[in-house]
Formats: sequence, structure tokens, C-alpha cells
Amino acid sequence: MKEAFKGRVWKLGDDIDTDIIIPTQFLALKTVEDMKKYAFNPLRPELAAQIQPGDIIVAGKNFGCGSSREQAPEILAALKISCIIAKSYARIFYRNAFNNGLLLLENSELYDYCSEGDHVSVHLESSQVLLGEKSFEVASIPTDLLQMVEAGGLVPFMRKRNGK
Amino acid sequence: MGMTMGEKILARASGKDLVKPGEIITAKVDLCMSNDGTTHLNIDIFENQLKAEKVFDPEKVIFIVDHNVPSESAKTAQVHKKMRIFAQKHDIPFYEGTGVCHQIMIEDFVVPGQLVIAADSHTCSYGGLGAFGTGVGCTDFTSVMHTGEIWLMVPETLKFEIEGSFKAGVYARDLILKIIGDIGANGANYRIMEFGGPAVKKFTVDDRVVLCNMAVEAGAKTGLVEPDQTAIDYVEARGRHDMNLFTSDEDAVYEKTYQYNLDELEPMIAIPHCVDDVVGVTQIGDVKIDQGFIGSCNNGRIEELRAAAQILQGKKIDPYVKLLISPASKAVFLEALAEGLIDIFVESGAMVLNPNCSVCWGSCQGVIGEGETLISTGTRNFKGRAGHPNSSVYLASAATVAASALTGKITDPRGFVV
Repeated sequence: MKEAFKGRVWKLGDDIDTDIIIPTQFLALKTVEDMKKYAFNPLRPELAAQIQPGDIIVAGKNFGCGSSREQAPEILAALKISCIIAKSYARIFYRNAFNNGLLLLENSELYDYCSEGDHVSVHLESSQVLLGEKSFEVASIPTDLLQMVEAGGLVPFMRKRNGK
Repeated sequence: MGMTMGEKILARASGKDLVKPGEIITAKVDLCMSNDGTTHLNIDIFENQLKAEKVFDPEKVIFIVDHNVPSESAKTAQVHKKMRIFAQKHDIPFYEGTGVCHQIMIEDFVVPGQLVIAADSHTCSYGGLGAFGTGVGCTDFTSVMHTGEIWLMVPETLKFEIEGSFKAGVYARDLILKIIGDIGANGANYRIMEFGGPAVKKFTVDDRVVLCNMAVEAGAKTGLVEPDQTAIDYVEARGRHDMNLFTSDEDAVYEKTYQYNLDELEPMIAIPHCVDDVVGVTQIGDVKIDQGFIGSCNNGRIEELRAAAQILQGKKIDPYVKLLISPASKAVFLEALAEGLIDIFVESGAMVLNPNCSVCWGSCQGVIGEGETLISTGTRNFKGRAGHPNSSVYLASAATVAASALTGKITDPRGFVV
């Protein structure tokens, strides 16, 4: 996992639920590539097309609440979001995100300081996020979870570890 | 120091005498279940990525087709076909169109004391029988289906002490909406919600399931009610006798305790678009509705159907409102038929659907159009949940939905019940 990276911010609110991330109507589509076009559709239908690889989502509390559908983190990983920095996460989404190679960081203050379009830099080795001169602390992520994110999720991580 | 019932279930499942909140355990699961919301993905991971050949125990893996039933497109038919073929190949129990997965699990599989993992967030429903059910995504689920094990962090427990009795027209559904409104949509994040107190001891299994089912809407890992004779009678009547009756110790440690008195509770409504935006029905004002829905894993059981029928009997729903009713399972449907409830529904102008997730998850029958308003007994009121992204969902009890369908606007059911 790259220890430091920079990304453009997309700012979302509190309680971004899994139906907003990917509405039920699109769950039976065949591939994640088909589905990712509809990310955040009920809230901001134009957003999925604007997200560029490496962008960062900054959100309020309880990101990912709702359904256990794994397509939610899967499509965010497919859009190549480099990480999400939210005030807090719902528990099923948290597990699913790491299982799909999506890095989640937690910070309660960044959201209120940053604006959409800002660039923030993430420093995993020091557990800091920088916005201009201001620094925000995030909880450190265990090395094996970072390795899992780098491998692209739990299944590729297990296969890699088993030498398959 | 004592343990809560949730800690005891996790201790048993992980082969330990004692577990503490924050501890990470590897637990053996007693049952695992997946529905057509995600099983096609589970099968892909199982066969193509894990290259697994066997499920850990064919008697403990259950597939239930309940989300798009009957299938509304060739795409979902394909998902069902894939599930059917896999179930046949691995000789695992397979249900299609016989009800909402959690209701089938409660009727046919779950017993007190079990650890059940399923690929659906409302797996926490099984706490109504004193079993620890929790939802996971398909990667976790597939690993469970293959190995029979899962890692879990032992959560802290929140206790909800309930006393008093429901007034006429007020139900368990109103209580859980009130609680979620008070503690917030992440108020129990990563925790167990344990419901107890003198009122809960008198609750039926249906009421207990209503409480536990919505625990995930407050972010909880599971909801639990201590199993007692009511729970034992329920499972024994369905031919299951091996169970573990775990109750919380007197000196168990809770992170926090909340008190509720049912005597003070009124019908509650969650307003769009978050489950924790909850107000009393008397504060809702004038809200016109286009559609009502009674059903789902929260509120499609016989007691809710009875409450709705009592209100609809001999009356006609508003001519410009649709009311859709879906019993939670085949067994509930047959019971409602035998009691004459279905006649009442149809005569009132309601449409009765086959048992399935239906309107609640917004991808099958009964989706609503732009600018339309639904009042629902479903589990969620998220933006776009019921169809068009610019539509609104209000959540309420079956009685409130029935009363609202008669008047065409959100209505206090207390004026309709005796």
C-alpha cells in the first residue's frame, strides 16, 4: 500500500446509505463495470461520471448504513476511489469495504474544514491527513489490513498468500 | 464478572468460557443463509475465486429466493436459476417464493442460542428467538459457507428496559421506531441491542422479532431478547427441541441502559429519508400518500395483518391510493386466509401479493414514481428506496398504514381501533 498519496475531495453528507451508493434497481446488472455508472444515483446522478481514479470521498457520520450488499464498496473500489474519510462507518459496510480492497479512514473534523474540490494528502505511516497547512489524525490501520487493501481485497489477498 | 446473553452465545460459538467486548474471536456458525439479493456473487466467489468444491455442511447452508419474486426481468431470473443449480448440486435447502428469508429462517431453522450468519442486514431478526444473527457481505458469507467459521469482534451491549403496556393502536413497530429516533441511525453502531424488562417478557415472538429486526437500522450488530417459555413454545411447536437458553447474568456489564414506558408511547412515523427522523403521528401534519405497503421482514406477520384487517374491515381504501399487502411467508398467508383476513383486504380494495420482500426493497412489485409518496411497514425509507430517486417513503406500523390508506393521508390509527 502506498504510504502517502494525494487526492481530490468529493464531499458527501451524513448517513450515506447503501441504497444511495448503489440503488437496488441496478444490483442484478452483470458486472461491477455496468453498475458503477449508477453510484450515488439517487443523490447525485452526475457524480459517478465525474469521479476520477485517485479521488477521495469525505463524508459525515455513519457512511454505508443500510444493506449488506457488497456491491456498494465494490463499485467504489471499481471507480478507483483511493480512500474514504468519514466521521464514522456502519459496521457491515466497514467489513465489506476492506474485503473489497477499499481503504476507509476515520476522522471527525476534516469534514467540517474541507470543501469539495480541495486536495488532501493522506500519510498512512504517520496516520495523518493534510489539508493545506492543517493536519488531521486518523486511526492507524493494521499492516495486514493495508496489505489486503493493496492486494485488492480478501479473496485476492488469500490467493496471493497461498501462492495461487 | 458476568456476561450478557450475547457474550455467552459468542463464547459458546468460539469454544470459550468467557469473552469480553473488544476481543476478536473465531466462531463456528450454526446456520448460514443467503438470498437472491447477492447469492449470484457468492457463487462466483465460491466457484471462480476460492475454487471451493464443498459447502461446510449442506444442512447448515440455506438459499432463499425472496427479493425478486416472481422475477421481474430476465436478469433476476438468471440469478434465481444460478441459485437453484448450486443448491441442487450441493444438496442444500432451497426456498423460492415461499416467503421473506428471515421469516422462513425463524419458522423453519433458528433455535435459541445459535450463531447465524447471513448475507442480509436484517439477519439480526433472529434475536427474537434468543439467537445471535448478524448480516455480512458476500465475501464474508462465501468464506462462512465454505469453512463454517467467521471472525467477529465481541461487541459492547446496550440494554433497553421496557415497561408498561401498549395502548390500543400502538405496537412494537412504534416502539422500535421511537428507540431508533432517540438513539440515531448509528446509535448502536457495532453493538448489541438487548431488549428486556417486564413488557418484553409479555411480548409475542412476532413482537420480539419486530424489535430485533430493526436493530441494524440503529447500526447494531444484532438485537436480542432473552429466550423464555414463549420462545421455547414457538420453536417446539415447529418440531425443534435442541437449544441453548442463554440469559444475561445479574452482574453482566452493559455500556448503557435505556428505559422506555409503553404507557407513554404513541404511533410513530419515520419521515424521509432517514430511519432516525422519527416523529409522533400527532406531529406529522397533513401528508398526502399515493401508496401504502404492509409486509416485509419487519411487519408482514400474522399479528400485523390482523391489526390492519381490524381497521380495513368493512371499509374501502381511498380511490386514489394503492394499498399493497404481502404476507411474510406461505405459513402466514395460509393463516391469514383461514382467518378471513385476505377477504377483508381484497374487499377493501387492497392488492394482496405473494410472500416476498416486495415493495420494501424497491426492485420488484409496487415501485413508485417521481414525486410519489409511500407509507410502508418496510425497514427503510432511504432516498429512492421504493423506486424513483425523487420519491418519498414514510415508515409506520401496519395499523397506521391501513388507516392512512383509508383516508389518503398519514393518519393516526387510534381513531380506528377499539
